[in-house]
Amino acid sequence: MDFELNQDQEMLAKTVADFAKNESPVERFRKLRDDDVGWDAGVWRKMGELGWIGVPFAESVGGFGGSFVECALVLENLAPTLVPEPYLASVVLGGMTLARAGNAAQHDTYLTPMIEGETTLALAHSEAQSRYDVSSVETRATPDGSGGYKLSGEKVWVLNGHHADHLIVSANAPGGVTLFVVPRETEGVNVTVAKTIDGQKAAFIKLDDVRISDEARLGEEGSGAAVLDRTMDYAAAAAVAESVGIATTMLHMTVEYLGTREQFGVKIGSFQALQHRAVDMYAETELLRSISMASTVRADEDDPSVRRGDISAAKYQLATGGIWVAQQSLQLHGGIGVTDEHDIGLYFKRMYALNALFGDQEHHVARFASDAAFAEAPA
Amino acid sequence: MDLTFTEEEEAFRREVRTWIQDAMPEDMRARAEGAGGFTPEDSANWHRILYKKGWVAPHWPKEVGGTGWDAARRFIFNEEMELSGAPQLSVFGLSMVGPLIISFGTDEQKKRFLPKILSAEEFWCQGYSEPGSGSDLASLRTTAEDAGDHLIVNGQKTWTSYAQYSDWIFCLVRTDPSAKKQAGITFVLIDLRSPGIEVKPMLTLGHTPAFCDTFFDNVKVPKQNVVGGINQGWTMAKALLGHERTMLAMIGPSRNVLQKVKRMAATKTVNGRPMLEDPVWRAKIARLEMRFRAHLMVSYRALADQQKGKLPGPESSILKLVGTKLIQELTELAMEVMGEGSLTWHNEGVCPPIEESIGPYFCYERAATIYGGSNEIQRNVIAKMILQLPSS
Repeated sequence: MDFELNQDQEMLAKTVADFAKNESPVERFRKLRDDDVGWDAGVWRKMGELGWIGVPFAESVGGFGGSFVECALVLENLAPTLVPEPYLASVVLGGMTLARAGNAAQHDTYLTPMIEGETTLALAHSEAQSRYDVSSVETRATPDGSGGYKLSGEKVWVLNGHHADHLIVSANAPGGVTLFVVPRETEGVNVTVAKTIDGQKAAFIKLDDVRISDEARLGEEGSGAAVLDRTMDYAAAAAVAESVGIATTMLHMTVEYLGTREQFGVKIGSFQALQHRAVDMYAETELLRSISMASTVRADEDDPSVRRGDISAAKYQLATGGIWVAQQSLQLHGGIGVTDEHDIGLYFKRMYALNALFGDQEHHVARFASDAAFAEAPA
Repeated sequence: MDLTFTEEEEAFRREVRTWIQDAMPEDMRARAEGAGGFTPEDSANWHRILYKKGWVAPHWPKEVGGTGWDAARRFIFNEEMELSGAPQLSVFGLSMVGPLIISFGTDEQKKRFLPKILSAEEFWCQGYSEPGSGSDLASLRTTAEDAGDHLIVNGQKTWTSYAQYSDWIFCLVRTDPSAKKQAGITFVLIDLRSPGIEVKPMLTLGHTPAFCDTFFDNVKVPKQNVVGGINQGWTMAKALLGHERTMLAMIGPSRNVLQKVKRMAATKTVNGRPMLEDPVWRAKIARLEMRFRAHLMVSYRALADQQKGKLPGPESSILKLVGTKLIQELTELAMEVMGEGSLTWHNEGVCPPIEESIGPYFCYERAATIYGGSNEIQRNVIAKMILQLPSS
């Protein structure tokens, strides 16, 4: 039982936090909100050079052979200034999927350049009807008779899908849900950029008889849903890790505001009603941090009965405690908190975005409750 | 980061589990697996069994009767004790005054009191609150006048839980009425058989015996029973509070009630199937279990700190706040699962034993957010000490 980071992890966390603070303050996020891409290829390359993109991947593909803990550390420490580079989309969603589903040649072509910071990935799995069910796939992969496929269908809310070099697309092949890697610039891939509530961008992607070769298929036909299911666990744990950075920042900002803002001739932080609210925010944040540590460690666990419980519990704490912290920090900032000018609202909206991704409250409650262990074993 | 226990620790867990199974008397085990609801005598019996094994005070230093286990083993031991459903031991001697005497007592006090706490020859209760001094404990008015080699104590203590079963009481008394509130208080050990003491038990909301009022009328207390020195009581009280923090996280009781909830939900039906298979009820239970998991991780973090010989981090301050709320929500859920069965009130032999214990326990644990420093007072302290918010 050990909750401490090792020296390398401490160093990584500090380097990332320093980078976020010094080289990507919130003003940078504000500027890039209005940009067509929303992030910067130079900064992405730098992240590759610093080795941050490679932390969870094996050395054989150019990674550092670390664990998911390192990946979560990067996300948690990029969060305090809302660094907009597509780490979650490209490393966790795209990268972890490709790492598990792809063969050596595919790793070489698509994963290694991403790890080096030369390219980015996006995972196109959601559809208008699917919500959080990764096996609900209406996009078709029709064999073209010569080993390749034709992809047709529509994907929604593809994070980084507007700019990724390569898309990983789920489609129904004759053998079931299957994953394919498709260059975004392929003929028949039509991308519409969609702004998201948190000032970032995603894509709606229409696939119109997109012709791909057999080499674009990741694994066997029918293997896609299981891979995606696993990716969603990584993604949920990643979202929770990021939310720890968001909640901690909101708590700090709020406590600081309570200690400086004066009304009725005194600091408003001297009012007991507000003090108690702040303490409850602190409690929810520490619960979130603690269960996030557990879910991060569990994410690498292959046995779903060990892995899933804490990940769902963590995502549930984001949905309840994390969201509550976001709501209260806005409330305690008063009117200024509801302006676009003040940063607190940016974090508020990011928390809601993280809540909406990779399974919401009801999804994770239902999943936790449907585990066989829930009814059989004592808690 | 590592969330697992080592192979040796797991082996230790098996050893403890097996021993508890073998050591628990038949009737006690039957009740542990069913209703619980132990009497103070059950608790005393179990205390003696553990004492014989040498396992009654794992958290004490080895030289005064502890086991010499590290924090992880102590944690595992507590977990196994709680999971077994065994009676809880009286905390006042083992976990409150005992550790305080170990830290601040004289050699004589250690020799006189510690062995009898261990052997269950003497049970203790706590004399802090007074009718006029609850959250504002430092306003207490029970006096102790200097009479040479002894003190004369006069006043009334309330919530002196289990005083009717106890031999000794540790009290905060006012020794210097002219000093600033906190400065004139002394921590003193008082023999409950001293002339001038009257104990009046009163029933809890759960209709169980626990609470008492204890009256002191010119009670003579030798000065050698003062711990930490005259007028040093407030420092003693604060030191003792530190011991309480993790104890009030309610990890064991929460786990226990969660198990009972599931066991009951497996035997009752809704829409023609067991409640435990009904999605709505499963979700209700799952929400609290997930909350429990997050809370458990906070307590694991405190444990990991202790294991490394460090003081628990500031996050451990929320354990009481979150844990007491959680146990109330869990007992409330248990009542809901029982449905109209939650009407039952001390009908031994009429209702299933497991159901009989829930209502009184539910009522009693409404005290959890009040005792040990009410949760509102806890919030005041955290706001000031940890968040460093301005004082009014």
